[in-house]
Amino acid sequence: MIYQLIDTGNSRSFPGAHPFLEKAEASGDVVVIVGENAAKSLQTLAQAESRTAILIELGTECLGVHTGEGHGREGSNVLGFARFRLGSAEPTSLVEVVRQPNTTETALAAAREIFEAAGLQVAICGDFDGRIIDRLVRPYFNAALRRLDEGLATADDLDTTLKLGLGYPEGPISLLERTGLEHHHDVTQALFEALGDPAYASARRARVAKTRRSTK
Amino acid sequence: MTDIRTVGVAGSGTMGAGIAIVAARAGFKTIVFDTGTDALERARGQTEGFFAKSVERGKLTVAQVDAIMASLSGTTDIAALSACDIVIEAVFEDLKVKHAVCAELDRVCAPHTIFASNTSTLSITEIAAGSGREDRFVGMHFCLPAQLMKLVEMSPGLKTSDETFRAAWDFCKAMGQIPVRTKDNPGFILNYFLVPFHNDAIRLVEAGVAAPAEIDRAVKVGLGYPMGPLELLDLVGLDTHLLVAEALYASTHEPRNAVPPLVKRMIAAGQLGRKTGQGFYTYRGNAMFGG
Repeated sequence: MIYQLIDTGNSRSFPGAHPFLEKAEASGDVVVIVGENAAKSLQTLAQAESRTAILIELGTECLGVHTGEGHGREGSNVLGFARFRLGSAEPTSLVEVVRQPNTTETALAAAREIFEAAGLQVAICGDFDGRIIDRLVRPYFNAALRRLDEGLATADDLDTTLKLGLGYPEGPISLLERTGLEHHHDVTQALFEALGDPAYASARRARVAKTRRSTK
Repeated sequence: MTDIRTVGVAGSGTMGAGIAIVAARAGFKTIVFDTGTDALERARGQTEGFFAKSVERGKLTVAQVDAIMASLSGTTDIAALSACDIVIEAVFEDLKVKHAVCAELDRVCAPHTIFASNTSTLSITEIAAGSGREDRFVGMHFCLPAQLMKLVEMSPGLKTSDETFRAAWDFCKAMGQIPVRTKDNPGFILNYFLVPFHNDAIRLVEAGVAAPAEIDRAVKVGLGYPMGPLELLDLVGLDTHLLVAEALYASTHEPRNAVPPLVKRMIAAGQLGRKTGQGFYTYRGNAMFGG
């Protein structure tokens, strides 16, 4: 499937060269807009309604911010997407594709096809704060940081237990310290403000890391 | 190094049988106690089957298995555990049941015998309080399946002596296991983190955030976990998850440990997971559909 790429700069999903970017053509029925100014490009995109699909890169915001919503019947050929990445780590091969209640199946199929053709894997989710992974994993990260403070076990024993007991590739403390506790703070704090659930409130260690980074 | 020579295991269910395999395989004389011969025979059969596979895979020789099986015995007489240096209880996850078993063990065992509990959700200190030997009581939570998983969460109760904890720790290492020290905290480490994580995944399904297969794919690809949470719940069984989560919620009152309503609805509908052929996925034999 042929797709056109509009790169507005500083994409968090595609910070460097990737087959997905290389496969793009100068024009196409499917349009992919990446980068931090993707929303602005969506507003000025010509013949938007006639496209098979328009994929817009999301930050932490919901797709509805860009498309508008009404009566729970929103949905069109516009989809949101983001490659999952933790803090300063490289993006993973997971692409969370965001749909709305009436998103067209043609648009969904097109999105899946072009991402998978570039070796990425797609998980489709509704338009919810945190999508799948952040919504699921941030409370676990906060709990791990809190329990470390409370002396449940040493950081090494916490990590070892979760690696050996559950087969996780890396324990939460090591993972967060490697990828940046301040990044975790930013994501979980945004979710806390959106959802109001204390489980997302940034753990003390993440707040400390954020404060230190902000004052440097 | 360990001074422990003879190991008792109280309870011959899945965990008890697995722990007995670990101890016997490491060269300890191992005595398994259960109240019924049926349970003991079933465990013996499962143990023989496990070791037959070990021989098939070249991990053990027939002679080694013969020696292991010779060191492993079962009994319905709790007094047969009197010569044990350590007894690991792996009975039903109920404080009253554990107190009753520990009180009986205290009556028959020597003063030096260490008691260990394989509890995954109850407090070590509370179980120890009914054992008659709070200073010689320690938590040793093996992971399922115990005969394959190396990790053991070890927790001292409030009155556990340093000497007891050290002896149990050395024994754990002598069995070839990897101990980690954790506080006597509901769920210790594994269940403390896993149960709410699973509840959160179920809540994503309930809220319509994504379908089970999408959630599992996201977790496996995005986080590198070997199984998605909903696949794992189907494997564990939703009835088992309910028991563990309710026990954890009762002792923590943390909202994330509260079982989502969908779990009870699925249990009522007989959708327990793999064992009933239907959970978050549909199963035919060993094949998975809907993934």
